[in-house]
Amino acid sequence: MELAKETLALIQKEFLLEWRQKYAINGILLYLASTVFICYLSFGNSKLFASTWNALFWIILLFTSVNAVAKSFMQERAARHIYYYSVASPQGIILSKIVYNAIIMSILALMGFGMYSVVLGNPVQDKELFLINILLGAIGFSTTLTMISGIASKGNNSSTLMAILSFPVIIPMLLLLIKISKNAIDGLAWSVSSKDVLILVSINVMLGALSYLLFPYLWRS
Amino acid sequence: MNIELKKKSVLNWWKILAILLLFYTVIGGLLMEVPRRDILNESIRNLYFHVPMWFGMIIMLTISAVASIGYLSNSKSRFDIIASEMVNMGAIFGILGLITGMLWAEYTWGKFWSGDPKQKASVAGLLIYFGYMVLRASFSDDQLRARVSAVFSILAYPTFIVLIFVLPRLVDSLHPGNGGNPGFNAYDLDARMRMVFYPAVIAFSLLGVWIATLRIRIRTIDNLVIDKNYEKENSVILDHKVK
Repeated sequence: MELAKETLALIQKEFLLEWRQKYAINGILLYLASTVFICYLSFGNSKLFASTWNALFWIILLFTSVNAVAKSFMQERAARHIYYYSVASPQGIILSKIVYNAIIMSILALMGFGMYSVVLGNPVQDKELFLINILLGAIGFSTTLTMISGIASKGNNSSTLMAILSFPVIIPMLLLLIKISKNAIDGLAWSVSSKDVLILVSINVMLGALSYLLFPYLWRS
Repeated sequence: MNIELKKKSVLNWWKILAILLLFYTVIGGLLMEVPRRDILNESIRNLYFHVPMWFGMIIMLTISAVASIGYLSNSKSRFDIIASEMVNMGAIFGILGLITGMLWAEYTWGKFWSGDPKQKASVAGLLIYFGYMVLRASFSDDQLRARVSAVFSILAYPTFIVLIFVLPRLVDSLHPGNGGNPGFNAYDLDARMRMVFYPAVIAFSLLGVWIATLRIRIRTIDNLVIDKNYEKENSVILDHKVK
């Protein structure tokens, strides 16, 4: 209960911080929009295959989330981290960051999907499954990337570290997401994707639990 | 420099076992009878050299993950050295596994790289551990490096296991034993092959652990030397101040 209250307070703080300095969220929105537009211009007028459409969409989302989440531990100054260290528990901090990033990523992913469909067309037949999959992806990306950004922020040259540490770790999740959304594009029955969804959720739970357990050790330094 | 190290006999029993089994693997693996199968033919012998690499890699990465947990629970630098050296050795085994697999694939599948799910998964797994090495290189403070890389290693290991064991099973693979290909699974791997295969797995795993322990000892001695020198320098400074 204590932890839940603390986490809520910290999430509130994250949103307040975001609201006061809007450049971060606006920056990442613009990043998403210009990436989508660049992809649209690069493909010209040629019609995309469903699989290309799908892969391109997830790659755009991956790069956006790496950039959006990377700032969770790099944005604030070291002095402020010491302050949080004295007033909050590490579990509260990592949970609040994960939840906050998941919310932001869901919003970004849905907006990205909207923009992407407008310029590059929308071949999706099973819209509900696709949307559920996007939300699962947003939550999964935020769980994995939040912890990795914590790790990367400790090293020198953290933006390169963020990319090289997160890309391979996120591959299993990305492959499953692409597979499920391909099923949704083809309008296959939900029972076809249920196994993949289950594996995706369990990878997610596993990474979430590991972050929860490991973050205190990372935080101590 | 008088650093005292525990005197150990040069060859333990398991090192002798490793040498004997390696000779047996190479000689037996190349000369003993193997079942005749279409397409595979004599290339079936690659089982003795390719598959033990993956066993060795997984064993060494598991030791590394356990050592990382050990480091987080009691912060002894020995665990950190074990974790990092086991990853180095595991990565070498992974690269060798990939090369032996690709050579074999050239002669049986017709291409070095045919986008097989297991090929992709093993490269992705290697990328995780190359990331680990770069992460280690990006710290100048020893304790911070040890702790952060232990955290990453524990996070990465389950992902690696999912990548290697779960995902390739969800799709058809060209690998023997998958997707209806003739393979080496339970009823296919006959007694003659098992006679060489199991010793080969043990031999290569022991060899890997042996090389890793040597490197761990070198690193431990290096650290001791650095500590001694540090003490010496500091004592000189202290003496100077006293005077």
